[in-house]
Amino acid sequence: MAFDAPEALDDFRNEVRDWLEANCPASMRTPMTDDEVVWGGRREAFKNPDSRLWLERMGAKGWTAPEWPAEYGGGGLNKAEAKVLQEELRRIKARPPLFSFGLWMFGPALLEFGADEQKKRFIPDIVMGKTRWCQGYSEPGAGSDLAGLQTKCEDKGDHWLLNGQKVWTSYADQADWIFCLVRTDNTVKHDGISFLVFDMQSEGVEARPIKLISGSSPFCETFFSDVKVPKDQLVGEINKGWTIAKRLLQFERSSISAGGFGGTGGSGILPPQDYARQHVGVDEAGRVADGDLRARLADHLMFSKAFGLTVQRSTAEAKAGQEVGHTASILKYAAAKMNQDKCELLVEALGTDGLGWDGEGIPEDARKATRSWLRSKGNSIEGGTSEVNLNVIAKRVLGLREHQ
Amino acid sequence: MSFVLTEDQQMLRDTAMSFARDELPVSRLRSLRDQGANGVDPDSRAKLAELGFFGVLVPEDHGGVDMGMVAMGQVMEAQGRTLAATPLLQSAVLGASLIGLGGSDSLKAAWLPKLAEGSSTFALAVDEGTHHAPLNIATNAERKDQGYMLSGSKRYVVDGHHADMFIIVARTSGEVGQAAGLSLFLVPKNAEGLSVQALNTVDSHGAAHLHLDDVMVNEDQIIGALDAGWEVLEAALDRGRIALAAEALGSAQAAFEITLDYLQTRKQFGQLIGSFQALQHRAAKMFTALEMARSCVAAALSAVDARSNNIPELASLAKAQTAELIHLISNETVQMHGGIGMTDAHDSGLYMKRARVQEALLGGASYHRDRYARLNGF
Repeated sequence: MAFDAPEALDDFRNEVRDWLEANCPASMRTPMTDDEVVWGGRREAFKNPDSRLWLERMGAKGWTAPEWPAEYGGGGLNKAEAKVLQEELRRIKARPPLFSFGLWMFGPALLEFGADEQKKRFIPDIVMGKTRWCQGYSEPGAGSDLAGLQTKCEDKGDHWLLNGQKVWTSYADQADWIFCLVRTDNTVKHDGISFLVFDMQSEGVEARPIKLISGSSPFCETFFSDVKVPKDQLVGEINKGWTIAKRLLQFERSSISAGGFGGTGGSGILPPQDYARQHVGVDEAGRVADGDLRARLADHLMFSKAFGLTVQRSTAEAKAGQEVGHTASILKYAAAKMNQDKCELLVEALGTDGLGWDGEGIPEDARKATRSWLRSKGNSIEGGTSEVNLNVIAKRVLGLREHQ
Repeated sequence: MSFVLTEDQQMLRDTAMSFARDELPVSRLRSLRDQGANGVDPDSRAKLAELGFFGVLVPEDHGGVDMGMVAMGQVMEAQGRTLAATPLLQSAVLGASLIGLGGSDSLKAAWLPKLAEGSSTFALAVDEGTHHAPLNIATNAERKDQGYMLSGSKRYVVDGHHADMFIIVARTSGEVGQAAGLSLFLVPKNAEGLSVQALNTVDSHGAAHLHLDDVMVNEDQIIGALDAGWEVLEAALDRGRIALAAEALGSAQAAFEITLDYLQTRKQFGQLIGSFQALQHRAAKMFTALEMARSCVAAALSAVDARSNNIPELASLAKAQTAELIHLISNETVQMHGGIGMTDAHDSGLYMKRARVQEALLGGASYHRDRYARLNGF
């Protein structure tokens, strides 16, 4: 483990503090609002001009990706320095400059598996938020059984030719580029998959948004008809894409359980016990008057606390180099349950205020809670269903055998 | 907050784990039960004393090793693994904490060394009803001469049937349900007017009801301030709850391992039963609950050592989470073992029985859910 002299870290902290003081615009130190989230890319409109400034400045320092190598535009910080940066950002309540599948998923995988030329080509634009990436994984016939994917990729000598369909492609209609699992050999399952990246403006690509039960359309059906992809855009070796795919899923699951969930609410939604106090009322001792609801609220709050402590413990154990625990494997499963329970309680505590949809008469925060309740149903499906996660725990962590 | 053990704590844990495995296996509880010992085990008590486990929370200048709650938790977890019947909860945790936090200098000098060397055991007697309710104290202490005269009764006092000294929670003023007016009295087992009714309990650890009939106690035997015993009592109760949570965690972990082992060896329909998804998912859920409860116990233990201001909240969290955990796991242990799990010869039943006691003592899941909600303002 690298050891950093405390004085050197103190110097770094002062440097960070001064730089943030000079460079983080005042409005970027206020709570994030839903419509000012920055995803970057060609279509980014920057509703608040300060967001553009903040992203440009952080991107130029490489601090949108603090621990990525400086040679590709990353921050080049070590773990201790990155922690200092996080602490200082938190201290001034700075907004994240960029939300990005490139930062959370594709970038880490490319740094591990990509060719040097590919890293030089793609990583700097991820760090700067210039390219918005989407993930081409699931297909109509390949959900939990992802390795059953059929999108056909043929070698045409000077290019790859792509035909097939993806589904649940998050923000495919907004994205600039896609990282995509394709079938390069249909005589074998896992060993016939390759990892391809290409421009979403290529001829033959079409993304159609899917309307969800929550009323929003974050996902798309994405169609590929005779899409031509340059030969140098295959990451890793041909037919070896499944290894990259699995590694990337780990990055996805840890970013989901670290709080990147759809349906966590958005701004302005209060904790469920606050709505219970308001709408159900309290007795003379200040307890939520409905004892049954109160017990379930306490149960949820305890589960959340236990989850938070488990995240802390897993980080601490990883830092201490302990191999025990396997704590991380349970986090995605537990996070889905936690968020879904919270959303159920929100709607229940709101009573009929939890049953609005749009228009006047029901407060906006309550309507948002209703939408996030519906959105949260996807938490136990996306990024590996809870059932698949339980399979993973049973087999990989507990060592239980496959059914014959 | 520290989630990683120091070298000393790790060494103590290793010692406690191998001691429990080698000297206090479940078979020992079983044979004590079959001999009718009712959880009384002087030989093991002597060995625990030799290892210094009674003095983990006692300051060094009073003969202890002063290693703190994280260390104590490792010992409790180890004894939980094998369901060992020991006086550690009552003496090393509650007794040592009450005297240490609230005792006068002379009480500390008189009793902490004896506690630390394991030569005197203590038993805190709080509850008077069938459910933990530490404010519902009707036992009366009336001023008389240079002391107080105690009358009332206490139910299900753990180790009550063999403790040398009792700490009796009695009311010197105020009404049942109030914190103000509670005082703590140190009473020897042979005090006149004190009668001890031993109980044969489901977990084979034993306990006792106490009856106090005009028991005289000198005023210098009061722990903490007169009428203000609650402050010391609540802090000690929280340590006891956290220690019990650590014990329950150990029991849950052991029962889970026994079950997992069975899933990997038992065959039906020509398959290992652990290959059936219906059982795999339940095992994965148990593992998840186990890991989350482990985080709560670790956080609560380390909060005591750090003197954090959220000890009550974390104590209730740890106690409630482990209470639900041990019921989940001990019930699944019986179910997944099928008919074998219903037999007395198999250990699953012993885990399920002890689980009930671990939950009920010092407040179950429902008590601590309520307390957690109150502490969080709803």
